[in-house]
Amino acid sequence: MNDYTKYLTSRVTAGGLSRREFMGRAMAAGITLAVADKLFTESAEAAEPKHGGHLKLGLEGGAATDSKDPAKFLSQFMFCVGRCWGDMLVESDPLTGAAVPALAESWEPSKDAVTWTFKIRKGVKFHNGKELTIDDVVATLKRHTDKSSESGALGVLGSIKEIKADGGNLVLTLSEGNADMPLLLSDYHLVIQPNGGVDDPLASIGTGPYKLTSFEPGVRATFEKNKDDWRTDRGYVDSIEIIGMNDATARIAALSSGQVHYINRVDPKTVSLLKRAPNVEILSTAGRGHYVFIMHCDKAPFDNNDLRLALKYAMDRETMVQKILGGYGKVGNDFPINSTYALFPEGIEQRTYDPDKAAFHYKKSGHSGSVLLRTSEVAFPGAVDAAVLYQESCKKAGIEIEVKREPGDGYWTNVWNVQPFSTSYWGGRPTQDQMYSTAYLSTADWNDTKFKRPDFDKLLLQARAELDEAKRKDMYRTMAMMVRDEGGVILPMFNDFVNASTKQVKGYVHDIGNDMSNGYVATRVWLDA
Amino acid sequence: MTNPAPSNVLPGLRFRQRFPLLALILERFVLSIVLLFAVSVLIFGGLEALPGDFATTYLGQSATPQAVANIRRDLGLDRPVTTRYVEWLGSAVQGDFGTSWASKNSVSEQIGKRLGNSLFLAGFAAVISVPLAVGLGMLSVHFRNRMPDKIINVISLAAISLPEFFIGYLLILFFAVKFGMATFPATVYDSMGLVERLKAIALPTATLVLVVLAHMMRMTRAAILSVMSSAYMETAELKGLSAFRAIVKHAAPNALAPIINVVALNLAYLVVGVVVVEVVFVYPGMGQYMVDAVTVRDMPVVQACGLIFAAVYIFLNMTADILAIIANPRLRHPR
Repeated sequence: MNDYTKYLTSRVTAGGLSRREFMGRAMAAGITLAVADKLFTESAEAAEPKHGGHLKLGLEGGAATDSKDPAKFLSQFMFCVGRCWGDMLVESDPLTGAAVPALAESWEPSKDAVTWTFKIRKGVKFHNGKELTIDDVVATLKRHTDKSSESGALGVLGSIKEIKADGGNLVLTLSEGNADMPLLLSDYHLVIQPNGGVDDPLASIGTGPYKLTSFEPGVRATFEKNKDDWRTDRGYVDSIEIIGMNDATARIAALSSGQVHYINRVDPKTVSLLKRAPNVEILSTAGRGHYVFIMHCDKAPFDNNDLRLALKYAMDRETMVQKILGGYGKVGNDFPINSTYALFPEGIEQRTYDPDKAAFHYKKSGHSGSVLLRTSEVAFPGAVDAAVLYQESCKKAGIEIEVKREPGDGYWTNVWNVQPFSTSYWGGRPTQDQMYSTAYLSTADWNDTKFKRPDFDKLLLQARAELDEAKRKDMYRTMAMMVRDEGGVILPMFNDFVNASTKQVKGYVHDIGNDMSNGYVATRVWLDA
Repeated sequence: MTNPAPSNVLPGLRFRQRFPLLALILERFVLSIVLLFAVSVLIFGGLEALPGDFATTYLGQSATPQAVANIRRDLGLDRPVTTRYVEWLGSAVQGDFGTSWASKNSVSEQIGKRLGNSLFLAGFAAVISVPLAVGLGMLSVHFRNRMPDKIINVISLAAISLPEFFIGYLLILFFAVKFGMATFPATVYDSMGLVERLKAIALPTATLVLVVLAHMMRMTRAAILSVMSSAYMETAELKGLSAFRAIVKHAAPNALAPIINVVALNLAYLVVGVVVVEVVFVYPGMGQYMVDAVTVRDMPVVQACGLIFAAVYIFLNMTADILAIIANPRLRHPR
């Protein structure tokens, strides 16, 4: 079976492909009718979820300092733990990234997208037996939007002006129109808790498919099935155990010896070794996270667009993806959006490595001497290697790069967003609007390229309130072009999320939303005996 | 009235002359306390000097000025260093290490659990490695420069030359992955039974034993050998004692002091220095706890861990000194 057929059958298993679609594509790929038919039946049988069993996950990212308060979820470990016991108002579709109902049944915007009305689901019970009410929803959102809150979602919800209950409905009034409001509520911090978790933020009582039975920060979390779950299309295993494993080799050893069923953060360098283990499946999902080289547009010598262009043309993206990501990624095009986003602007020409063009722009910029690039291993895995690779590809264009390795401690405080040229990492955001608002709006705290353009800001705000999708897509295209051709970001690659499981694990959903099946891995898979 | 009897001996000195052993022990004890106090200043000062504070490090790349300000205000990070140090030391002396900034859990409670785990692992490793090391040391003296001695030496040298994480990985590779005999990961938790727990720590214990064995074994061998060359050993030999009896009865007691020292040093290492082993085997001990806390500048936790590590080290060294003095009466009378 080649990779494409494997991909097709996995889509069937995940329930994302109908028989007709599968047969059409499989035969187009040169598979005979009989074989395709057999493949489909097998994958569709595998798609029949089995119940029961004890699922064990070994995850990187847990720490003794982890807090059970959803407002303070930071690590990958807690991200996954929270998804097991809690629900948000809205979820995102694994394949398209669009907003789909969860605890909110449906929603309706006003014409200017300023006022949003969410209908809250009835008959949902918390783990403690209490029924979910509109008051719980309001209290939760109020806790996370309080100005003195330490919630990780505070920034996302910044535009909410008023939160109130109207009958059984939740009504949100924003300070300006935002067509993406429902998606913002899918943020993993916004777990709906009884009375908003105000009384006891650490209680871990939610409406999710599993109840938390024990928790030791950084060590282990265990769950048992919530028998009163309001949904039947999730929560297949009886119990879950999530073990914190921060050592990459420990994770691989645990998986290949069958002690855990699933691990996250597989180092691209070791994937080929892990692939050889007979019982292991590599799960690689295209993601929105991207590795970047950031130049401050307002500081010499980077205030010169020709120099910025020269440095962009001098980036060998293909080599980066091969060498730094081990092929588990896609090339970037110097703007922070890829095809996993809804309304992705298609048809923008891919920028490629072009030493001649780089040399041309470099000459035109009038800059001479070397360019200082600061980097550190914490910027992204392989950042130092990437900087040295870049130094080589620049050399061919006659540009001299001086690589300075900074200590990982305090890199985010002392180098990133402070020094004019450095390496960094961005996790994706649920929407294009959020990505641009976080890092490219003139007034954004994290505008790490110091990209300040009033026309860009204006377009961003217009697009945010635009409910007509076609018009919106057009605006996003213009914005992408601005960032690509005049911005301060060199974006060589988007990294895939690389995880691995034993072959016993079935039904894994490749969710474009975020890593580990958008955190839902434990609630979505089942174990094949 | 109060006319002290004329004496050319100071009261302290008189106490020292009467109870030389007790005086030495007391002296060591006071010294340890002073040392611990100095360490506390160093820990606090060192942490203050680290770049980046808790608020920015904890939030990392996602720190908004608002969130940073909120956290700083909540924790009182704006107050002077000396005030915070005195407050911290005041409660630490009473066994209260405050609450973790990141998780808001009681540090003392967490450390209770973690220290228990670390001591359990270290204790188990010590119970196996100390008698084994001393026994092997005596054995290699007995067979010195013959085949058994050489084998023991080569194997223990090989074990000490490999970094502990590598030994750990090798053990995992063979016993967990290839043969599926041992439990991995070695994660222990509250509701675990003793048998299960012992099974879980089999591999990390084996790693630790291999790591500390050579050091203690070779020191035992060297110490006994140096005693063996003295005149009274010759006498023992001449009066017809068997070689093994001579080693156990006459040489070993006189070689105790250096052996005790190296054993104490290795015990301290077992508790304090096993960070790497804990990480490799996913064992929830103190080392792992401290590493997590340092990464986010969770000061109360780092300070508590640092202080406890220092205390363990100082206490074991003090015990070793005292035991050495007891074992060797000559040390009681400093010249």
